[in-house]
Amino acid sequence: MFTRRSVLGAIGATALLAASAGFAQAQDKLYIPLISKGFQHQFWQAVKAGADKAAAELNVNVTFEGPDNETMVDKQIDMLAAALAKHPAALGFAALDSQAAIPLLKQAQDAKIPVIAFDSGVDSDIPLATASTDNLAAAALAADKMAGLIGNKGKVALVVHDQTSRTGIDRRDGFVNRIKEAYPDIEIVSIQYGAGDQLQSTEITKSILQANPDLKGIFGANEGSAIGVVNGVRESGRSDVVIIGYDSGAAQKQAIRDGIMAGAITQNPIGIGYETVKAAVAAVKGETVPKNIDTGFYYYDKSNMDTPEISAVLYD
Amino acid sequence: MSAIKLGWDAGLKSSGAYQKLLAFASLVALIIVFSLASPNFLQTSNIIAILQATSVNGVLAIGATLVIITGGIDLSVGTLMTFCAVIAGVVLTYWGLPLPFGIVAAIAAGAVCGLISGTLVAKMRIPPFIATLGMMLILKGLSLVISGTKPIYFNGTPNFPMISTSSLISAIVPGLPIPNGVLILFLVAGAVSYVLGRTVLGRYCFALGSNEEAVRLSGVNTDGWKMAIYALTGAICGIAGLLIASRLNSAQPALGQGYELDAIAAVVIGGTSLSGGRGTILGTIIGALIMSVLLNGLRILSVAQEWQTVLTGSIIIVAVYADMMRRRRN
Repeated sequence: MFTRRSVLGAIGATALLAASAGFAQAQDKLYIPLISKGFQHQFWQAVKAGADKAAAELNVNVTFEGPDNETMVDKQIDMLAAALAKHPAALGFAALDSQAAIPLLKQAQDAKIPVIAFDSGVDSDIPLATASTDNLAAAALAADKMAGLIGNKGKVALVVHDQTSRTGIDRRDGFVNRIKEAYPDIEIVSIQYGAGDQLQSTEITKSILQANPDLKGIFGANEGSAIGVVNGVRESGRSDVVIIGYDSGAAQKQAIRDGIMAGAITQNPIGIGYETVKAAVAAVKGETVPKNIDTGFYYYDKSNMDTPEISAVLYD
Repeated sequence: MSAIKLGWDAGLKSSGAYQKLLAFASLVALIIVFSLASPNFLQTSNIIAILQATSVNGVLAIGATLVIITGGIDLSVGTLMTFCAVIAGVVLTYWGLPLPFGIVAAIAAGAVCGLISGTLVAKMRIPPFIATLGMMLILKGLSLVISGTKPIYFNGTPNFPMISTSSLISAIVPGLPIPNGVLILFLVAGAVSYVLGRTVLGRYCFALGSNEEAVRLSGVNTDGWKMAIYALTGAICGIAGLLIASRLNSAQPALGQGYELDAIAAVVIGGTSLSGGRGTILGTIIGALIMSVLLNGLRILSVAQEWQTVLTGSIIIVAVYADMMRRRRN
C-alpha cells in the first residue's frame, strides 16, 4: 500500500520539480546568485528589487537568498555552498561573519568566480568590490539632526537592533561618538537592544520613558527598532519626544507624515542591489570595478520625503 | 520487569523495517528527483556540502531523540550548543589552554547543563517543555554575557577548524574528501545507537517513554535515569557546539535559537514519536538528511526562498502523517 503511495508521491514531486527546474534553467544567461543577510525584511526586499532591476537591464539571471535572521551564520554558509554548486558566473555576498565565510570564498576565487560584497564589507581581499552604506557616517548625521532638534542639550536614548552585527555596532558607535565629540551637554542615558523586533523595541522604549521622564529624544537604529520606538512613545502618551529613525517602510514613512517621528536616515537599498549586480556583470566581462561603491545615505523628514531624489530610495 | 520488557518491545517494534524503509525511500526519491532535475545536484562537492550541512543538525537531533524517546522534550538543545561553543572559546582563546581542554570543557559544560535540565524535570517535577524553555533562555543569555556579546574567534588555536572541516577519510581514501564533521556525526550516531539498543540506559529510555509509572513501581530509580539521559543529551549538544564553532572558526553567541525546532523536525520525520516510547537513531539521521537534501536541492533548482519554506513545512507534515497512517493500519 505504502509503496504505491510513495511511488505516486515521487512521480508528483518529480513532475513539479522538473517543471520548476526547466523554468529556472531554460535560459542561457549569466547566472549571478546574491547571498544576503536576510530575506523577509522590507529592506532586503528593496535590495532584491534593485538586483532584479539590474538583472532585467543587463539581461542576466539573479537569485536572492538569505537566512531567516541575522544570527544564522552557518545557514548562510550552507546557502553559499549551494550557490557555488551551481557554477555561477559571479557571486554577490553580504557576510554575516566575514571569517566564517573565507574558506568558501577562497573556493570561489579558485574557481575564478568574481565575488562582489554588498551591504557590509568582508574582511578579505577576495571581493573585487563592496557596495555599501557608510553606517558610521550615517548614524553621526542622525546624531547631528537629533542635537539640532533638542537644542543641543538634554537626555537621549538609543534603541538598537543588536550588539553583535556590524550595522548594529556601527550605527550605535556612529551616533554615540558624534554626541560625545560635539555635544557635551547631551547625555546618553540608555542604550538598549530589541533584536529589531517591533514589539520588543516598543516595550524597551516604554521602560526607558518610565525611567527617564525628562527624556528629550530617542534614536531607533533600524526599521524594526524605529517603529518600536514610535509605538512605545505613542503608547506612553508622550508627544514631546524627538524620534529619529533609520531606513524606511510604510509604517515609518507614515509616522513621519503624522509628525510623531521627526525624520530618519535612509540608505539606498535599491542602489545596493543594483550596484552589486552591475559590478558583478562588469567583473565577469573583465572590466575593472571600483573597490568601494558608496551607495549613499540621506536624512529625510516631512519636508523632503516627496522629492524625487528621496522618494526614489524609500521603500514601503 | 514486565514493564521494562514492554517498553523494550515497543522500542524494537518501532525499529521495524517498514518505517525505516518509508523514510529511506523518501530520501532516495528526493535524491533521484533532484539529480534528474539538475546536473549540478549529484556532484561530489555538492553531496559533501549536503553532508556538512547535516552534521550540526544531525548531532543535535540525535541528542533530542534520546529525550523525546523518554516522552520528554528538550527545547534548549540549540542554545546549549551555542553555550558549549562559547565555553570552548573561553577556554581556548581567552585562557589560551591547549585544544583538548577546550573539547573536554565544551562536552562537560553540555553534560552539566543537561543534568540541570534533568534535575528540573525529574526532581522538581517541572514539565520538560517549561524546564527546557527556561534553560533555553538562560543559556542564550549566558552565552551573550560570557562572550561579551561578540563572536570569539579561534585564531590562536590553528588546529581547531580541523575538527569539523579537514578530512581524515581523504587521508585514508584519496579522492573522498568527506569532512571530519560528517565522520563525527556518524560516530555519534553509532555510539548512541549502541547505547539505545544494547545498554541499560537505552532500555530505560524506552521504558520511561512507554510507561514511567510502571517502571517506577517496579523499583527503578526513574529520576536518576532520567537525569542521566538529559545529561547525555547535553553532552551531545556539547559535541554539536564544537562542530559548529569549528566550522565557523568562531563561537557566535547570538546563534542557536530556532535550531531546536530543526532538530525536533528531523527527529519526527525519522519516525520517533513525540509521545515517547519509540524511535531510532537511524531514523533521525535519515530525517536530518531529508531536511538538508530538500533545502539544498530546492536551492540548486533556484526555487524562490518563500516556496522553499512552504515545501519544507509540507514535507514535515506529510512525513509524520504517512508514519501515523502506517501505524494505525498495523
